[in-house]
Amino acid sequence: MRLSKEKAPYLFISPFFILFAIFGAFPILFSFFLSFNQWDGLSAMQFVGFENYLLVLTDPWFWKSIKNTLVIFVLTTIPQHLIALSLAFILNSAKVKFKEFFRSAYFLPYITSSVAVSLIFMTLFGEHYGIINAVLKYVSNFPGVEMLFNLINAELPIRWLNSAKWLKPAIAILITWKFTGWNMIIYYAGIQKIPESLYEAAEVDGASLFDKFFRITLPLLKPIIFFGVTMSIIGNLRIFAEPMILTGGSGGPGQSGLTTAMYLYKTGFEWTQFGVGSSMAYILCALIVTLSLLNNKFFNKEI
Amino acid sequence: MSLISNSQDNPQESSNVKYTLQRILLYTVLVVGAIVTLFPFFYMLIIATRTRADIFTFPPPIWFGDSFIDNLNILLNKMPFFRNIFNSIVIAVSTTFMTMFFCALGGYGFAKYDFKWKSQLFFLMLGTMMIPALLRIIPWFIMMRQFGWINTFWPLIIPGIANPFGIFLMKQFMDDIPNSIIDAARIDGCSEFQIFYKMALPLSLPGLGTLGILTFLASWNRYMQPLLILQEKSMYTIPVALSKLQGKIDQNWGAQMVGTTLAIAPIIIAFVLASKQFISGITEGATKG
Repeated sequence: MRLSKEKAPYLFISPFFILFAIFGAFPILFSFFLSFNQWDGLSAMQFVGFENYLLVLTDPWFWKSIKNTLVIFVLTTIPQHLIALSLAFILNSAKVKFKEFFRSAYFLPYITSSVAVSLIFMTLFGEHYGIINAVLKYVSNFPGVEMLFNLINAELPIRWLNSAKWLKPAIAILITWKFTGWNMIIYYAGIQKIPESLYEAAEVDGASLFDKFFRITLPLLKPIIFFGVTMSIIGNLRIFAEPMILTGGSGGPGQSGLTTAMYLYKTGFEWTQFGVGSSMAYILCALIVTLSLLNNKFFNKEI
Repeated sequence: MSLISNSQDNPQESSNVKYTLQRILLYTVLVVGAIVTLFPFFYMLIIATRTRADIFTFPPPIWFGDSFIDNLNILLNKMPFFRNIFNSIVIAVSTTFMTMFFCALGGYGFAKYDFKWKSQLFFLMLGTMMIPALLRIIPWFIMMRQFGWINTFWPLIIPGIANPFGIFLMKQFMDDIPNSIIDAARIDGCSEFQIFYKMALPLSLPGLGTLGILTFLASWNRYMQPLLILQEKSMYTIPVALSKLQGKIDQNWGAQMVGTTLAIAPIIIAFVLASKQFISGITEGATKG
């Protein structure tokens, strides 16, 4: 049997549609059905209407996990994009060499496993024996630094992973460290597309480095910044491995490190509440869409 | 250069001083950034070579010790770690090759044929990318249980081998193949599949490389799905094995860091050897996708 030119394309694209029907479309519909039922996966399913949705929307831990996720999002996204933009701008400057080395070095955290780097950061964040606290203790001997610590109310040694106050910053530091390089690569690719002649013309007019950054680079990068921030929104709502490892699966003191993805996992698989978990997934989905639309609006209006 | 110095009031010397100061400032920022980025990996190696007593002293050690082999033995007592590495390799390699094949096939179908409903099907496919993965994790797990796929590698390999991102990426590369050589091959009597396999596939090697790197990385580092599916030590992938070690080796961070080192060493070595391909691959993946 010879495949005709007319039928061949349907056969070639069919693997996606078959796999999506089985592993994508069906689970999504099944999930919708489950969200109106109570089920632990073993006993008989029981129809409960909107009860699961009400349960999730009135669950203080759910709102806490949303709040945690948003706080971590703000704590990590702002430094991530500011650092990434500045590094990309500096790397693009004709004044620096070894561009390849720096680019590769910054990118390394992105390609390593989240579980592995979370474990490394657990040792760094150690309360009594961690190197971060050791360094902080050393620099706190300088008078100005001590005042700074008092200002942000930091008591040494900082209980990074064992206090509600510091757990979110700790997670944010790890995520910033891991994803800044990726953002930098994206910004760097965008900056390289800006014609050199624009900078040269600005230099002739006596523009400083700062002028060039704020008047040329930043406005022209707007679409890429939008792309990067959108990716950060989606990525942050998925954050799972980092808080899971850093809190040993517990969510930390007072659930201060419980993210939404982690809470969904616990509801579904530790407490086998498949129905409640499914309704939570739908609520999260609505949240992701809303945040993406808000981001869209903000970038169209403000900048 | 002469234009700039003529247009400024300052003499050449002071602009040279300014230039040097600027360079020092830029390099300082870059070097501090690189140190902050690389230090955790360096410190991982220090802990991996230290005894438990060394690690729990203050101030903490800042240079290598000689307990790497001891720590490795502690690790292997608790977890069949080389088996776990083997599992990760089997899953990542088979996922990568199958994904490259099926995404190239789909990309070729969309790039080089005209057929009814083509653009509708294409946008439908792209639309599915917007669905958050968390939406299907619970029913997906229930299905895998129904299939009898718990504690097997299938759920980690099969579902993603023809994914919209890969098909889209490959279509972008296949669009550039000239139609004339495809028509010529057809006249020579090649079958549709032969044209794909013998001409389109070799001509889109850069695209396949990009997709291969992205797929391998995603598979190697994946955590939530293998954590759900793999339930025996001998079946764990590296991230699952590492996370299950937590608490089991009684705060023996040395052994834990040996495991972490073994987990990320292959990726880092591959990256150092081919960092250009990695970075351009991932940039293309993000900007074309």
